[in-house]
Amino acid sequence: MAIRERLSGNEAVATAMKQINPDVVAAFPITPSTEVPQYFSQFVANGSVDTEFVAVESEHSAMSACVGASAAGARVMTATSANGLALMWEILYIAASSRLPIVMPVINRALSGPINIHNDHSDSMGARDSGWIQLYSEDNQEAYDNIIQAIRIAEHKDVRLPVMVCMDGFIVSHSVENIELLETEKVKEFVGEYDPGLDTLLNPEQPVAMGPLDLPPHYFEHKRQQAEAMKNAKKVILEIAKEFEALTGRKYGLFEEYKMEDAEVAIVVLNSTAGTAKEVVDELREKGVKAGLIKIRVFRPFPVEELRDALKHVKAVAVMDKADSFSAAGGPVFVETRAALYDAETKPVVISYIYGLGGRDVRTNDIMKVYNDLLEIVETGEVKSVYNYLGVRE
Amino acid sequence: MALNLREAVKRPERFTGGHRLCAGCGASVTVRAVLRALKPEDKAVIGAATGCLEVSSFLYPYTAWKDSFIHNAFENAGATISGVEAAYRVLKKKGKIDDTYKFIAFGGDGGTYDIGLQSLSGAMERGHDMVYVCYDNGAYMNTGIQRSSATPKYANTTTSPAGKVVPGKQQFRKDLTEVMAAHHIPYVAQTAPFGNFSDIHQKAEKAIYTEGPAFLNVFTPCPRGWRYDTPKLMEIVKLAIDTCYWPLYEVENGKWRLTYKPKKKLPIEDFLRPQGRFKHLFKPENQHLIEELQKEVDRRWEMLLEKCGE
Ligand SMILES: Cc1ncc(C[n+]2csc(CCOP(=O)(O)OP(=O)(O)O)c2C)c(N)n1
Ligand code: SF4
Repeated sequence: MAIRERLSGNEAVATAMKQINPDVVAAFPITPSTEVPQYFSQFVANGSVDTEFVAVESEHSAMSACVGASAAGARVMTATSANGLALMWEILYIAASSRLPIVMPVINRALSGPINIHNDHSDSMGARDSGWIQLYSEDNQEAYDNIIQAIRIAEHKDVRLPVMVCMDGFIVSHSVENIELLETEKVKEFVGEYDPGLDTLLNPEQPVAMGPLDLPPHYFEHKRQQAEAMKNAKKVILEIAKEFEALTGRKYGLFEEYKMEDAEVAIVVLNSTAGTAKEVVDELREKGVKAGLIKIRVFRPFPVEELRDALKHVKAVAVMDKADSFSAAGGPVFVETRAALYDAETKPVVISYIYGLGGRDVRTNDIMKVYNDLLEIVETGEVKSVYNYLGVRE
Repeated sequence: MALNLREAVKRPERFTGGHRLCAGCGASVTVRAVLRALKPEDKAVIGAATGCLEVSSFLYPYTAWKDSFIHNAFENAGATISGVEAAYRVLKKKGKIDDTYKFIAFGGDGGTYDIGLQSLSGAMERGHDMVYVCYDNGAYMNTGIQRSSATPKYANTTTSPAGKVVPGKQQFRKDLTEVMAAHHIPYVAQTAPFGNFSDIHQKAEKAIYTEGPAFLNVFTPCPRGWRYDTPKLMEIVKLAIDTCYWPLYEVENGKWRLTYKPKKKLPIEDFLRPQGRFKHLFKPENQHLIEELQKEVDRRWEMLLEKCGE
């Protein structure tokens, strides 16, 4: 019997970590993810996990210690946000290229400067090319479910890549919601015992060396293998989602399609904004408007073909980015979504909205405006502006 | 637990030949001397910061390390080995490992005194059972001899060049060994590959077999950066020690002890003269700079004698 609880997003993530009982957690506090290491160190103090908790002196060292511990053959986790993730940046690449299956909740927060502790996606979007798998979560339930699946994805022999599980700072991390937890035994069974294989620093039969100077004769091949692992991840993520569905009844894919079957206008979003947008879709549907929504769960690897298929029948699409890429040509999710549609025979109009930076509220009427813009495009066939900012004083 | 030197020198090398360090590089001598203190039956995981030692010892697909080895980045050898050691502790507790492992991190002075200081300090403060060894060659040698905070005053480096108005590096070197002693960890020592190697061997053995964190600062000449004749390695080491530029001492559980006292303290000039990086100091108009260096060496030496109760 699943356990019904009322937990905040951070508690949900920390609870998943407790049930997983990783070997090593190395972490450093940063709002809004601070509670994760706080809850977790309490579990350590109470003996409810056997984890070695390393309270490091910075996020750079957190990720560095995670790399060391994972290379030694331990199951390893950490958590961070914003500037903490930015400080890890150098080591994120090393973790990924060393094929270390570290799992890290990222509680999304705006990246300085100026300093701002509230939610947007500039942190994880900044790390999008670091070679980590990125899963996004709408609410505490999904964050919890994603963490548990992330362990399996990261450790899968065809993948062996680190995974970030993102959720919105404060909006989810600090909001208490109903959640359905798995029994700890079931989590343990689902994630299984970690088998790091033979290539670990602590394999007594065979010493190994990791992190070489990798010159032109080999470096490119290693990066190519890493890219292949990312390709493999798509299939593995879906397989594990199926198993998870069999266990919980909760269904996950590369993205969620909400009322997309016959949609004529649609928006593409990440994380908690999807919840707000679903309200708007329902409202529009009541009025007979064929509105739909796509909530991307897996941003790395990017579901190119699947998104193309899901969107090709739509007439106009708005991609909403809670991060600017300062390309002066639209947000990061927009750029990739639009590229995915290039090969479609019939393509929708695709426009970009940068919204919600630094914790700016997004309300249903903001999203309604986006749908109205799309409807106007469909009606008039005219695109006034491809690159838009939503909810900002101009 | 005093190390039997005769027995130790017979131990098989754990850092093999065939690495690509320069001929006469002090780093390989330092590494061999430290690793010789490992009991043959004990396994080890070695970490290294980015630098000459790392780029020349582990070029894919070759490694010069007989033990497990990890290089992560420039500034995080301390944190990386912390993570390995934490993993060892938990895996041992869970019964997944039964061999005994020792953990050693090597970093150059750049990766230790400067960019890696935070991660080193954190690792020591947290009490990981590991040894951090700084092979101090007094500059960022791997990127082409730039000044570090360990570079001696007035040394000519590529970012503290001696020119018409500025005679080389403008600051005295940071005393990292004392900074580490201020961490009040079980064992801190300053040493050098010197004479019959007994000083470095004994300190390495104490560092490795003392429970908890330990720090070794090892004087490690670099013929390329210091511009001396390659075969003069041991001579330069001896001059550093006998001029009291690089005193040999240890701080064991807070007790300071001088482990070598020169019979006759030589003038600092003797250490400077054979090295091309100090050539400009020997112009007649620069005599006062050498005097200034002498004063500082004397001052630091007197303070050390006092700490050591000499
Ligand atoms: C973050 C970062 N900055 C700079 C470098 C470039 N870099 C590589 S090795 C090195 C100098 C190493 O100097 P040191 O630690 O003294 O070791 P040595 O080369 O003298 O053995 C530098 C600056 C780097 N790898 N990473
Ligand atoms: S440059 Fe100096 S430190 Fe680097 S390998 Fe050569 S001798 Fe050794």
